[in-house]
Amino acid sequence: MADLRSTIAGIRSPNPFWLASAPPTDKAYNVVRAFKAGWGGVVWKTLGEDPPVVNVSSRYGAHLDTDRRMIGFNNIELISDRPLAVNLQEIIEVKRDWPDRAMVVSLMATMTETAWAGLARRIAETGAADGLELNLGCPHGMCERGMGSAIGQVPEMVEQVTRWVKNAVNLPVIVKLTPNITNILWSAEAAKRGGADAVSLINTVNSIVAVDLDAMAPTPVVDGKGSHGGYCGPAVKPIALNMVAEIARNPDTSGLPVSGIGGITTWRDAAEFLALGATNVQVCTAAMTYGFKIVEDMIGGLSNWMDEKGYRTIDELSGRAVRNVVNWNDLNMNFSTKALIDPALCIDCGRCHIVCEDTSHQAIRIDQGDGRRVFTVVNEECVGCNLCSHVCPVPDCITMVPEQTDLPYVTWPNDARNPMRVPEAAAE
Amino acid sequence: MTLIAPLATQDSAGDLSASPYADLTPAMTPVQALAESNRCLFCYDAPCIKACPTGIDIPAFIRSIATGNLKGAATTILSENIMGGTCGRVCPTETLCEQSCVRNRAEDRPVAIGRLQRHATDRLIDGEPAHPFARAAATGKRVAVVGAGPAGLSCAHRLATLGHEVTVFEAKAKSGGLNEYGLAPYKMADDFAQREVAFILGVGGITVEHGRKLGADLSLESLRANFDAVFLGVGLGSNNRLGIPGEERAGVEDATAFIERVRQALPGQPPAVGSKVVVIGGGNTAIDAAIQAKRLGAEDVTLVYRRGRAQMGATAWEQELAQTEGVVLKTFAAPKEIGDTTIAFERTRLSDGKLSGTGETFTLQADMVLKAVGQKLSAEALDGLQVTGGKIAIDESYRTTLAKVWAGGDCVATGEDLTVQSVQDGKLAALAIHSHLTA
Repeated sequence: MADLRSTIAGIRSPNPFWLASAPPTDKAYNVVRAFKAGWGGVVWKTLGEDPPVVNVSSRYGAHLDTDRRMIGFNNIELISDRPLAVNLQEIIEVKRDWPDRAMVVSLMATMTETAWAGLARRIAETGAADGLELNLGCPHGMCERGMGSAIGQVPEMVEQVTRWVKNAVNLPVIVKLTPNITNILWSAEAAKRGGADAVSLINTVNSIVAVDLDAMAPTPVVDGKGSHGGYCGPAVKPIALNMVAEIARNPDTSGLPVSGIGGITTWRDAAEFLALGATNVQVCTAAMTYGFKIVEDMIGGLSNWMDEKGYRTIDELSGRAVRNVVNWNDLNMNFSTKALIDPALCIDCGRCHIVCEDTSHQAIRIDQGDGRRVFTVVNEECVGCNLCSHVCPVPDCITMVPEQTDLPYVTWPNDARNPMRVPEAAAE
Repeated sequence: MTLIAPLATQDSAGDLSASPYADLTPAMTPVQALAESNRCLFCYDAPCIKACPTGIDIPAFIRSIATGNLKGAATTILSENIMGGTCGRVCPTETLCEQSCVRNRAEDRPVAIGRLQRHATDRLIDGEPAHPFARAAATGKRVAVVGAGPAGLSCAHRLATLGHEVTVFEAKAKSGGLNEYGLAPYKMADDFAQREVAFILGVGGITVEHGRKLGADLSLESLRANFDAVFLGVGLGSNNRLGIPGEERAGVEDATAFIERVRQALPGQPPAVGSKVVVIGGGNTAIDAAIQAKRLGAEDVTLVYRRGRAQMGATAWEQELAQTEGVVLKTFAAPKEIGDTTIAFERTRLSDGKLSGTGETFTLQADMVLKAVGQKLSAEALDGLQVTGGKIAIDESYRTTLAKVWAGGDCVATGEDLTVQSVQDGKLAALAIHSHLTA
């Protein structure tokens, strides 16, 4: 059976599934329930200096599919609104009772060394924290007070805060990055320069999740008004995967451990983050959608899949896909793949045909078969775009089959069809 | 024969589920409709549309339910089938749209199209103040429609929306035809048929004259003389007979007449039924009568059909429903003689499509016998019209052999004798009449 034990920045946990700093980790009651359910660790909801913040009523918004499945989720909740001493005492008690679980504490302060170092020391003095996570990402509320993404969006400030905290305490420091920037590498490199032991990403995406068309206000509606909030959940996973991969394949940050965050709902999502270079993962929305029990299948599913694939440890899996993430200019222009429809699995819905016909390459023909339609790919027209295979409701009914070819691997810079190509002779 | 008092007390006790008038398949809740509508795959050129005699754009209306556009859903349905509310309740969807649903192939469970259709239309028919259809500018043309059943009302509605003035002549006291008089209440609960009629007439331009029967105070000749066009949606007016001794005894009744009595009974006063009821026939009407007799308190209900289950007009689903409701199905037996409290049958066999008696007989106790062996056209008042194979002869545009006269519904041979087919006939005939009047 695969060994799921995880170590990131020296912080150990029995499995790579942590709960992210968020409402589920706001107090001992929730965290103890999470540990009982099997979560490997938590990042305690962000602590700030006293007096604690005051939250508004009406805090979460949702992006739902028509069947009410959660596509995305957002919040306008601030950091922990409980006194610092209460949080620290609970952290001590929980860590005492659950010593094998990772206890990372998130913190946030204004842009002064006194504030950051003071808060970090208070947490370190508990002796209960396995590490710190610097919240430089919240895109709502706290940023209006010069914290959260207001710091995280400025690489120099990211570096500075990281250095202050590293100098103040002798604990592993994870810097949590905001995706609300133009290039994640600038923040990641800054964190590394500041001495970060790891980065975690992504924090929430700035968003208006929905508009209440009766109130004519963004949701969540607070007395007729709404504000932009932090977006998370399944819809942000692709954004997070890309940013994790960018850090993993960037030479300047490639050794920096990454805690992957963003819409992780299943063991498969987790495996994808790990494959792109994450060392562990953090989860929030899935727990807030289904409760803590979902970790059971995350653990079991990942373990079974790793056994099936022969990965014995998380380290063996971590980063396995990174070398295959390349720039577009490094893709093989001579590769060709064609859709193949299995008539035995086809249920005759016709969606492959209509999406190809209306929006793509008119490459799926309909013939009248025996009491039903038969859909056939016209290989001459098929460009291998994959659209039909994505919209088909039956798994494996439409597969993409690479064409056998003797053509060499040719990238666009070397492709004869590229008008900007530098001729090889001239390049020599 | 002695009839027993029905279980009226269950009605007054307020236990609707136990009432003989209860809806067998209740309306969906919004949550059910949301879940079910999301199962629809929004197929391209969907097989369900082709399987619907009225060609409703089923994926479109189901998507509208899923997006919360219930009015749009209802409008999509009603623009092709103005009796979408009734059809959502009574259509044999298991042999039409739902049979062709692609969800059957991978999951063996179709989208519940009929129930979703009812969900969408109920709200519009009951709740929306504004009629979804507006009438075109008046054409000044007047059309007579004979029969206020599904075919007649569908035709009248379409003609009215196209700007014509329509007078509907109806022999009975209420409009709706078989929706009002011929469908068992477990399918058509409460006063839905009348609410649907009110909705259809709500478009305007339609006058219904009740107590006007062709052949009585109304003649085809006068209608042709006084109107620009005539549509006949007269249905099948008379029942086939068994032609056996004892058929005239008390307690022997046409199933259609029985259902009509059940439907027209005053609230809380359902008609009495026998203790041992025998229903003869294998179609929907036989099933309706058998189930309804059982629900009204009959101790034993036996449905006897002279051929096998596979040859029954009733669908497999309806047959199973009858069995679930406690009806015993007996096949391959033909009635021979009705006694005072008995009915005798001869066993039959089917070989090479030919039915013959075996000579072997058996007798069932019966204090009520309901006959459901088919209906036929009452041709008396149809002088001058060609009748072929027991149906009014029409061409592909529903035109009869008489000038200015069109016909549709059960009185013509366009498809199965179903409400949905009648609505389609009425609609297409209206379009043909419109082309003729505006040519």
